[in-house]
Amino acid sequence: MKEIALVLLTIIIAPIIGGILTGIDRKITARMQNRFGPPILQPFYDLFKLFSKETIVVSSTQILYAFLFLVFNMVALVMFVLKMDLLLILFILAFAVTALILGAMSTNSPYSRIGAHRELICVLAYEPVLIAVIIGIYFVTGSFKINDVIKHNNFLIFELPFIFIAFTYVLTIKLRKSPFDLSTSHHAHQEIVKGITTEFAGPILGLIELGHWYELVLLLLFIGLFFAKNIIVAIIAMLLGYFLEILIDNISARLTWKIMLRLTWSIALGLALVNLIWVYIRYRVL
Amino acid sequence: MIFRKALKKSPWIVHYDCNSCNGCDIEILSTLTPVYDVERFGIINVGNPKHADILVVSGSVNHRNARVLKNIYDQMPHPKAVVAIGACACSGGIFKECYNTLGGVDTVIPVDVYVPGCAPRPEAIMEGILKAAEILEEKKKNMKKGEILNAAKS
Repeated sequence: MKEIALVLLTIIIAPIIGGILTGIDRKITARMQNRFGPPILQPFYDLFKLFSKETIVVSSTQILYAFLFLVFNMVALVMFVLKMDLLLILFILAFAVTALILGAMSTNSPYSRIGAHRELICVLAYEPVLIAVIIGIYFVTGSFKINDVIKHNNFLIFELPFIFIAFTYVLTIKLRKSPFDLSTSHHAHQEIVKGITTEFAGPILGLIELGHWYELVLLLLFIGLFFAKNIIVAIIAMLLGYFLEILIDNISARLTWKIMLRLTWSIALGLALVNLIWVYIRYRVL
Repeated sequence: MIFRKALKKSPWIVHYDCNSCNGCDIEILSTLTPVYDVERFGIINVGNPKHADILVVSGSVNHRNARVLKNIYDQMPHPKAVVAIGACACSGGIFKECYNTLGGVDTVIPVDVYVPGCAPRPEAIMEGILKAAEILEEKKKNMKKGEILNAAKS
Protein backbone atom coordinates (compact mmCIF):
# COMPACT_ATOMS: atom_id res chain seq x y z
CA MET A 1 0.00 0.00 0.00
CA LYS A 2 2.80 2.36 0.94
CA GLU A 3 4.57 1.59 -2.33
CA ILE A 4 1.50 2.32 -4.44
CA ALA A 5 1.17 5.69 -2.75
CA LEU A 6 4.85 6.37 -3.42
CA VAL A 7 4.45 5.45 -7.09
CA LEU A 8 1.44 7.73 -7.51
CA LEU A 9 3.20 10.55 -5.68
CA THR A 10 6.25 10.20 -7.93
CA ILE A 11 4.17 10.22 -11.11
CA ILE A 12 2.35 13.37 -10.01
CA ILE A 13 5.17 15.34 -8.40
CA ALA A 14 8.05 14.56 -10.81
CA PRO A 15 6.67 16.50 -13.80
CA ILE A 16 5.92 19.48 -11.54
CA ILE A 17 9.52 19.50 -10.30
CA GLY A 18 10.82 18.91 -13.82
CA GLY A 19 8.73 21.75 -15.24
CA ILE A 20 9.79 24.19 -12.55
CA LEU A 21 13.43 23.23 -13.04
CA THR A 22 13.07 23.80 -16.79
CA GLY A 23 11.49 27.18 -16.05
CA ILE A 24 14.36 28.09 -13.74
CA ASP A 25 16.74 26.95 -16.47
CA ARG A 26 15.13 29.34 -18.94
CA LYS A 27 15.17 32.17 -16.40
CA ILE A 28 18.85 31.65 -15.53
CA THR A 29 19.72 31.36 -19.22
CA ALA A 30 17.91 34.65 -19.85
CA ARG A 31 19.72 36.37 -16.98
CA MET A 32 23.06 35.09 -18.30
CA GLN A 33 22.21 36.64 -21.68
CA ASN A 34 21.25 39.91 -19.95
CA ARG A 35 17.53 39.46 -20.68
CA PHE A 36 14.56 39.48 -18.32
CA GLY A 37 13.38 36.03 -19.31
CA PRO A 38 10.03 34.23 -19.30
CA PRO A 39 8.04 33.48 -16.12
CA ILE A 40 9.11 30.37 -14.24
CA LEU A 41 5.78 28.74 -15.10
CA GLN A 42 6.47 29.18 -18.83
CA PRO A 43 7.15 25.44 -19.50
CA PHE A 44 3.69 24.65 -18.08
CA TYR A 45 2.09 27.25 -20.37
CA ASP A 46 3.92 25.66 -23.29
CA LEU A 47 2.80 22.18 -22.28
CA PHE A 48 -0.87 23.05 -21.79
CA LYS A 49 -0.86 24.98 -25.03
CA LEU A 50 0.53 21.96 -26.85
CA PHE A 51 -2.17 19.77 -25.32
CA SER A 52 -4.91 22.17 -26.44
CA LYS A 53 -3.80 22.07 -30.07
CA GLU A 54 -4.99 19.92 -32.94
CA THR A 55 -3.35 16.52 -33.38
CA ILE A 56 -1.48 16.16 -36.66
CA VAL A 57 0.28 12.88 -37.29
CA VAL A 58 2.22 11.78 -40.32
CA SER A 59 2.10 8.11 -39.46
CA SER A 60 -0.25 6.85 -36.76
CA THR A 61 2.42 4.72 -35.05
CA GLN A 62 4.05 7.99 -33.97
CA ILE A 63 1.44 8.37 -31.24
CA LEU A 64 2.37 4.99 -29.80
CA TYR A 65 6.09 5.76 -29.86
CA ALA A 66 5.67 9.18 -28.23
CA PHE A 67 3.51 7.54 -25.57
CA LEU A 68 6.10 4.78 -25.05
CA PHE A 69 8.83 7.41 -24.62
CA LEU A 70 6.81 8.97 -21.80
CA VAL A 71 5.88 5.64 -20.20
CA PHE A 72 9.42 4.22 -20.24
CA ASN A 73 10.79 7.39 -18.65
CA MET A 74 8.03 7.22 -16.06
CA VAL A 75 8.78 3.55 -15.31
CA ALA A 76 12.50 4.25 -14.99
CA LEU A 77 11.84 7.06 -12.52
CA VAL A 78 9.38 4.98 -10.50
CA MET A 79 11.92 2.15 -10.34
CA PHE A 80 14.50 4.60 -9.07
CA VAL A 81 12.16 5.87 -6.36
CA LEU A 82 11.31 2.30 -5.34
CA LYS A 83 15.09 1.72 -5.03
CA MET A 84 15.30 -1.09 -7.54
CA ASP A 85 18.00 -2.33 -9.91
CA LEU A 86 20.28 0.34 -11.43
CA LEU A 87 21.16 -1.76 -14.46
CA LEU A 88 17.50 -2.32 -15.30
CA ILE A 89 16.79 1.42 -14.97
CA LEU A 90 19.56 2.10 -17.48
CA PHE A 91 18.11 -0.41 -19.95
CA ILE A 92 14.63 1.07 -19.61
CA LEU A 93 16.07 4.54 -20.23
CA ALA A 94 17.68 3.14 -23.38
CA PHE A 95 14.26 1.78 -24.39
CA ALA A 96 12.77 5.25 -23.96
CA VAL A 97 15.33 6.77 -26.33
CA THR A 98 14.76 3.91 -28.77
CA ALA A 99 11.04 4.65 -28.79
CA LEU A 100 11.78 8.28 -29.66
CA ILE A 101 14.15 7.24 -32.46
CA LEU A 102 11.60 4.79 -33.88
CA GLY A 103 8.93 7.49 -33.71
CA ALA A 104 11.14 9.85 -35.72
CA MET A 105 12.11 7.10 -38.17
CA SER A 106 8.49 6.10 -38.78
CA THR A 107 7.99 9.16 -40.99
CA ASN A 108 9.49 9.88 -44.38
CA SER A 109 10.68 13.35 -43.41
CA PRO A 110 14.42 13.79 -44.05
CA TYR A 111 14.82 16.27 -41.16
CA SER A 112 13.30 13.90 -38.68
CA ARG A 113 15.46 11.06 -39.99
CA ILE A 114 18.68 13.06 -39.74
CA GLY A 115 17.66 13.87 -36.17
CA ALA A 116 17.06 10.19 -35.47
CA HIS A 117 20.45 9.21 -36.89
CA ARG A 118 22.14 11.85 -34.78
CA GLU A 119 20.27 10.64 -31.71
CA LEU A 120 21.59 7.14 -32.43
CA ILE A 121 25.13 8.53 -32.49
CA CYS A 122 24.43 10.29 -29.19
CA VAL A 123 23.25 7.01 -27.68
CA LEU A 124 26.40 5.38 -29.01
CA ALA A 125 28.45 8.09 -27.30
CA TYR A 126 26.89 8.12 -23.85
CA GLU A 127 25.69 4.58 -23.29
CA PRO A 128 29.15 2.99 -22.61
CA VAL A 129 29.90 5.76 -20.11
CA LEU A 130 26.59 5.23 -18.30
CA ILE A 131 27.29 1.50 -18.10
CA ALA A 132 30.78 2.27 -16.76
CA VAL A 133 29.16 4.46 -14.09
CA ILE A 134 26.95 1.62 -12.96
CA ILE A 135 29.77 -0.93 -13.02
CA GLY A 136 31.83 1.46 -10.90
CA ILE A 137 29.00 1.70 -8.38
CA TYR A 138 28.80 -2.10 -8.38
CA PHE A 139 32.53 -2.50 -7.71
CA VAL A 140 32.34 -0.17 -4.72
CA THR A 141 29.07 -1.27 -3.12
CA GLY A 142 28.88 -4.86 -4.36
CA SER A 143 25.31 -4.47 -5.55
CA PHE A 144 23.26 -3.03 -8.40
CA LYS A 145 20.35 -2.32 -6.05
CA ILE A 146 19.88 1.34 -5.15
CA ASN A 147 18.79 0.17 -1.72
CA ASP A 148 22.30 -1.12 -1.00
CA VAL A 149 23.97 1.84 -2.71
CA ILE A 150 22.22 4.23 -0.31
CA LYS A 151 23.24 2.09 2.67
CA HIS A 152 26.92 2.36 1.68
CA ASN A 153 28.73 4.01 4.57
CA ASN A 154 30.68 6.61 2.57
CA PHE A 155 30.02 9.23 -0.08
CA LEU A 156 30.38 7.44 -3.42
CA ILE A 157 32.00 10.57 -4.87
CA PHE A 158 35.16 9.96 -2.82
CA GLU A 159 35.63 6.59 -4.42
CA LEU A 160 34.35 7.41 -7.90
CA PRO A 161 35.48 11.01 -8.57
CA PHE A 162 36.50 10.45 -12.21
CA ILE A 163 33.37 8.49 -12.92
CA PHE A 164 31.34 11.39 -11.54
CA ILE A 165 33.13 13.78 -13.90
CA ALA A 166 32.50 11.41 -16.80
CA PHE A 167 28.84 11.21 -15.82
CA THR A 168 28.36 14.99 -15.70
CA TYR A 169 30.15 15.08 -19.06
CA VAL A 170 27.63 12.78 -20.75
CA LEU A 171 24.78 14.50 -18.91
CA THR A 172 25.12 17.38 -21.40
CA ILE A 173 24.26 14.93 -24.18
CA LYS A 174 21.45 13.34 -22.23
CA LEU A 175 19.87 16.68 -21.24
CA ARG A 176 20.42 18.06 -24.79
CA LYS A 177 22.53 20.95 -23.57
CA SER A 178 24.71 23.03 -25.78
CA PRO A 179 28.01 21.49 -26.82
CA PHE A 180 26.30 18.24 -27.71
CA ASP A 181 22.67 19.10 -28.53
CA LEU A 182 22.97 17.45 -31.92
CA SER A 183 19.68 15.64 -32.40
CA THR A 184 17.36 18.30 -31.01
CA SER A 185 17.51 21.03 -28.42
CA HIS A 186 15.20 22.74 -26.04
CA HIS A 187 13.35 25.98 -26.79
CA ALA A 188 14.82 28.63 -29.07
CA HIS A 189 17.85 27.03 -30.68
CA GLN A 190 17.14 24.92 -33.69
CA GLU A 191 18.92 21.93 -35.13
CA ILE A 192 18.00 21.09 -38.76
CA VAL A 193 14.44 22.40 -38.43
CA LYS A 194 13.88 20.67 -35.08
CA GLY A 195 15.83 17.45 -35.41
CA ILE A 196 14.22 14.38 -33.97
CA THR A 197 10.97 16.11 -32.94
CA THR A 198 10.34 17.71 -36.36
CA GLU A 199 7.36 15.52 -37.22
CA PHE A 200 5.74 15.58 -33.79
CA ALA A 201 3.10 18.26 -33.33
CA GLY A 202 0.52 19.37 -30.80
CA PRO A 203 -0.34 16.93 -28.00
CA ILE A 204 2.16 14.35 -29.27
CA LEU A 205 4.97 16.87 -28.81
CA GLY A 206 3.50 17.59 -25.39
CA LEU A 207 3.91 13.93 -24.44
CA ILE A 208 7.58 14.05 -25.43
CA GLU A 209 8.08 17.27 -23.46
CA LEU A 210 6.55 15.59 -20.42
CA GLY A 211 8.84 12.60 -20.95
CA HIS A 212 11.84 14.94 -20.93
CA TRP A 213 10.79 16.31 -17.55
CA TYR A 214 10.67 12.82 -16.06
CA GLU A 215 14.07 12.15 -17.62
CA LEU A 216 15.48 15.38 -16.16
CA VAL A 217 14.37 14.44 -12.63
CA LEU A 218 15.76 10.92 -13.04
CA LEU A 219 19.16 12.15 -14.24
CA LEU A 220 19.38 14.64 -11.38
CA LEU A 221 18.60 11.80 -8.98
CA PHE A 222 21.52 9.92 -10.56
CA ILE A 223 23.76 12.85 -9.52
CA GLY A 224 22.27 12.60 -6.05
CA LEU A 225 23.19 8.92 -5.91
CA PHE A 226 26.86 9.89 -5.62
CA PHE A 227 26.04 11.86 -2.46
CA ALA A 228 23.39 9.49 -1.14
CA LYS A 229 24.78 9.30 2.40
CA ASN A 230 23.44 12.72 3.35
CA ILE A 231 20.21 13.82 1.71
CA ILE A 232 20.82 17.59 2.11
CA VAL A 233 24.26 17.31 0.50
CA ALA A 234 22.63 15.24 -2.27
CA ILE A 235 20.01 17.91 -3.01
CA ILE A 236 22.65 20.66 -3.04
CA ALA A 237 24.79 18.55 -5.38
CA MET A 238 21.84 17.99 -7.73
CA LEU A 239 21.09 21.71 -7.94
CA LEU A 240 24.77 22.58 -8.40
CA GLY A 241 25.10 19.95 -11.10
CA TYR A 242 22.06 21.34 -12.90
CA PHE A 243 23.44 24.87 -12.63
CA LEU A 244 26.75 23.67 -14.08
CA GLU A 245 24.89 22.17 -17.05
CA ILE A 246 23.08 25.48 -17.65
CA LEU A 247 26.39 27.35 -17.44
CA ILE A 248 28.02 25.00 -19.95
CA ASP A 249 24.94 25.31 -22.16
CA ASN A 250 25.37 29.07 -22.27
CA ILE A 251 29.12 29.36 -22.73
CA SER A 252 29.59 26.81 -25.48
CA ALA A 253 28.61 26.41 -29.12
CA ARG A 254 27.32 23.27 -30.80
CA LEU A 255 29.94 20.76 -31.95
CA THR A 256 29.76 18.22 -34.77
CA TRP A 257 29.00 14.58 -34.08
CA LYS A 258 32.55 13.50 -34.93
CA ILE A 259 34.05 15.74 -32.27
CA MET A 260 31.35 14.64 -29.82
CA LEU A 261 32.11 10.96 -30.36
CA ARG A 262 35.85 11.51 -30.16
CA LEU A 263 35.64 13.61 -26.99
CA THR A 264 33.19 11.36 -25.18
CA TRP A 265 34.97 8.15 -25.99
CA SER A 266 38.43 9.54 -25.22
CA ILE A 267 37.89 11.85 -22.26
CA ALA A 268 34.71 10.59 -20.58
CA LEU A 269 35.22 6.88 -21.23
CA GLY A 270 38.94 7.23 -20.46
CA LEU A 271 38.24 8.87 -17.09
CA ALA A 272 35.62 6.24 -16.31
CA LEU A 273 37.98 3.37 -17.17
CA VAL A 274 40.83 4.82 -15.07
CA ASN A 275 38.45 5.04 -12.13
CA LEU A 276 37.11 1.54 -12.78
CA ILE A 277 40.61 0.01 -12.76
CA TRP A 278 41.48 1.91 -9.57
CA VAL A 279 38.31 0.75 -7.82
CA TYR A 280 38.70 -2.81 -9.13
CA ILE A 281 42.23 -3.13 -7.78
CA ARG A 282 41.21 -1.63 -4.46
CA TYR A 283 38.11 -3.73 -3.81
CA ARG A 284 38.59 -6.95 -5.78
CA VAL A 285 42.35 -7.59 -5.89
CA LEU A 286 43.58 -6.22 -2.58
CA MET B 1 -5.44 29.61 -14.17
CA ILE B 2 -2.53 28.09 -16.06
CA PHE B 3 -4.94 26.12 -18.25
CA ARG B 4 -6.90 29.17 -19.32
CA LYS B 5 -3.93 31.41 -20.04
CA ALA B 6 -1.78 28.77 -21.74
CA LEU B 7 -2.65 29.62 -25.35
CA LYS B 8 -2.21 33.33 -24.81
CA LYS B 9 1.06 33.04 -22.93
CA SER B 10 3.03 30.78 -25.20
CA PRO B 11 2.81 31.85 -28.85
CA TRP B 12 5.46 30.10 -30.90
CA ILE B 13 6.09 31.85 -34.19
CA VAL B 14 7.30 30.66 -37.55
CA HIS B 15 8.59 33.35 -39.83
CA TYR B 16 8.24 33.33 -43.60
CA ASP B 17 9.68 36.00 -45.84
CA CYS B 18 7.56 36.20 -49.00
CA ASN B 19 9.59 38.32 -51.34
CA SER B 20 10.10 41.24 -48.96
CA CYS B 21 12.81 43.84 -49.56
CA ASN B 22 14.56 42.72 -46.36
CA GLY B 23 13.46 45.84 -44.47
CA CYS B 24 10.60 44.15 -42.61
CA ASP B 25 12.66 40.99 -42.36
CA ILE B 26 15.49 42.73 -40.56
CA GLU B 27 12.97 44.36 -38.21
CA ILE B 28 11.41 40.96 -37.40
CA LEU B 29 14.84 39.47 -36.73
CA SER B 30 15.78 42.41 -34.53
CA THR B 31 12.54 41.82 -32.59
CA LEU B 32 13.82 38.34 -31.83
CA THR B 33 17.16 39.53 -30.44
CA PRO B 34 17.88 39.77 -26.69
CA VAL B 35 17.46 43.58 -26.90
CA TYR B 36 13.67 43.29 -27.14
CA ASP B 37 13.58 39.91 -25.33
CA VAL B 38 10.34 38.50 -26.74
CA GLU B 39 10.86 35.35 -24.70
CA ARG B 40 9.51 37.17 -21.65
CA PHE B 41 6.07 36.92 -23.32
CA GLY B 42 6.74 33.27 -24.12
CA ILE B 43 7.30 34.00 -27.80
CA ILE B 44 9.72 31.53 -29.33
CA ASN B 45 10.93 31.51 -32.92
CA VAL B 46 10.64 27.91 -34.13
CA GLY B 47 11.80 26.79 -37.54
CA ASN B 48 9.06 24.24 -37.91
CA PRO B 49 5.46 25.09 -38.91
CA LYS B 50 4.23 21.96 -37.11
CA HIS B 51 5.28 23.43 -33.75
CA ALA B 52 4.14 26.97 -34.49
CA ASP B 53 0.98 28.85 -33.49
CA ILE B 54 1.53 32.10 -35.33
CA LEU B 55 2.73 32.58 -38.88
CA VAL B 56 4.59 35.87 -39.32
CA VAL B 57 4.73 36.90 -42.96
CA SER B 58 6.56 39.81 -44.53
CA GLY B 59 6.49 40.92 -48.16
CA SER B 60 4.00 40.75 -51.01
CA VAL B 61 2.71 37.48 -52.40
CA ASN B 62 3.51 36.53 -55.99
CA HIS B 63 2.73 33.49 -58.12
CA ARG B 64 5.92 31.75 -57.06
CA ASN B 65 5.63 31.90 -53.31
CA ALA B 66 1.83 31.66 -52.94
CA ARG B 67 2.08 27.86 -53.04
CA VAL B 68 4.86 27.83 -50.41
CA LEU B 69 2.94 30.19 -48.14
CA LYS B 70 -0.23 28.08 -48.41
CA ASN B 71 1.80 24.95 -47.70
CA ILE B 72 3.35 26.39 -44.53
CA TYR B 73 -0.07 27.59 -43.36
CA ASP B 74 -1.65 24.18 -43.96
CA GLN B 75 1.06 22.38 -42.00
CA MET B 76 0.35 24.35 -38.82
CA PRO B 77 -2.04 22.66 -36.40
CA HIS B 78 -5.20 24.51 -35.28
CA PRO B 79 -5.64 26.94 -33.58
CA LYS B 80 -3.35 29.16 -35.65
CA ALA B 81 -3.09 32.83 -36.52
CA VAL B 82 -1.38 34.87 -39.22
CA VAL B 83 0.33 38.23 -38.77
CA ALA B 84 1.12 40.29 -41.86
CA ILE B 85 4.14 42.53 -41.27
CA GLY B 86 4.63 45.68 -43.33
CA ALA B 87 2.79 47.50 -46.10
CA CYS B 88 3.59 44.85 -48.75
CA ALA B 89 2.21 41.98 -46.68
CA CYS B 90 -0.90 43.98 -45.76
CA SER B 91 -1.96 45.08 -49.24
CA GLY B 92 0.82 44.56 -51.74
CA GLY B 93 2.30 47.99 -51.03
CA ILE B 94 4.14 49.63 -53.91
CA PHE B 95 4.07 46.32 -55.79
CA LYS B 96 0.26 46.14 -55.70
CA GLU B 97 -0.35 46.64 -59.40
CA CYS B 98 2.65 44.65 -60.67
CA TYR B 99 1.86 41.89 -63.16
CA ASN B 100 3.59 39.20 -61.10
CA THR B 101 2.15 40.22 -57.74
CA LEU B 102 -1.05 38.78 -56.34
CA GLY B 103 -1.27 41.40 -53.60
CA GLY B 104 -1.23 41.11 -49.83
CA VAL B 105 -0.98 37.92 -47.80
CA ASP B 106 -4.79 37.85 -47.42
CA THR B 107 -5.18 36.92 -51.09
CA VAL B 108 -3.83 33.45 -50.24
CA ILE B 109 -4.49 32.78 -46.55
CA PRO B 110 -6.74 34.46 -43.94
CA VAL B 111 -4.85 37.16 -42.03
CA ASP B 112 -5.74 37.96 -38.39
CA VAL B 113 -3.50 40.91 -37.57
CA TYR B 114 -2.14 43.56 -39.93
CA VAL B 115 0.97 45.45 -38.83
CA PRO B 116 1.35 48.35 -41.30
CA GLY B 117 4.48 50.39 -41.82
CA CYS B 118 7.48 50.47 -44.11
CA ALA B 119 9.09 48.99 -42.18
CA PRO B 120 7.20 48.65 -38.86
CA ARG B 121 9.14 49.09 -35.65
CA PRO B 122 9.97 46.02 -33.52
CA GLU B 123 7.58 47.26 -30.82
CA ALA B 124 4.74 47.27 -33.35
CA ILE B 125 5.63 43.77 -34.54
CA MET B 126 5.70 42.55 -30.94
CA GLU B 127 2.29 44.08 -30.28
CA GLY B 128 0.92 42.47 -33.44
CA ILE B 129 2.14 39.04 -32.38
CA LEU B 130 0.65 39.46 -28.91
CA LYS B 131 -2.69 40.53 -30.46
CA ALA B 132 -2.59 37.38 -32.57
CA ALA B 133 -1.92 35.33 -29.44
CA GLU B 134 -5.16 36.66 -27.94
CA ILE B 135 -7.03 35.78 -31.12
CA LEU B 136 -5.80 32.19 -30.73
CA GLU B 137 -8.05 31.77 -27.70
CA GLU B 138 -11.19 32.75 -29.61
CA LYS B 139 -10.17 30.36 -32.35
CA LYS B 140 -9.80 27.60 -29.79
CA LYS B 141 -13.39 28.20 -28.64
CA ASN B 142 -14.61 28.08 -32.23
CA MET B 143 -12.53 24.96 -32.82
CA LYS B 144 -14.61 23.11 -30.27
CA LYS B 145 -17.72 23.93 -32.26
CA GLY B 146 -15.96 22.69 -35.39
CA GLU B 147 -16.36 25.98 -37.21
CA ILE B 148 -12.74 26.54 -38.16
CA LEU B 149 -12.21 22.96 -39.24
CA ASN B 150 -15.21 23.17 -41.54
CA ALA B 151 -14.14 26.60 -42.78
CA ALA B 152 -10.70 25.28 -43.62
CA LYS B 153 -12.13 22.42 -45.64
CA SER B 154 -14.48 24.57 -47.72
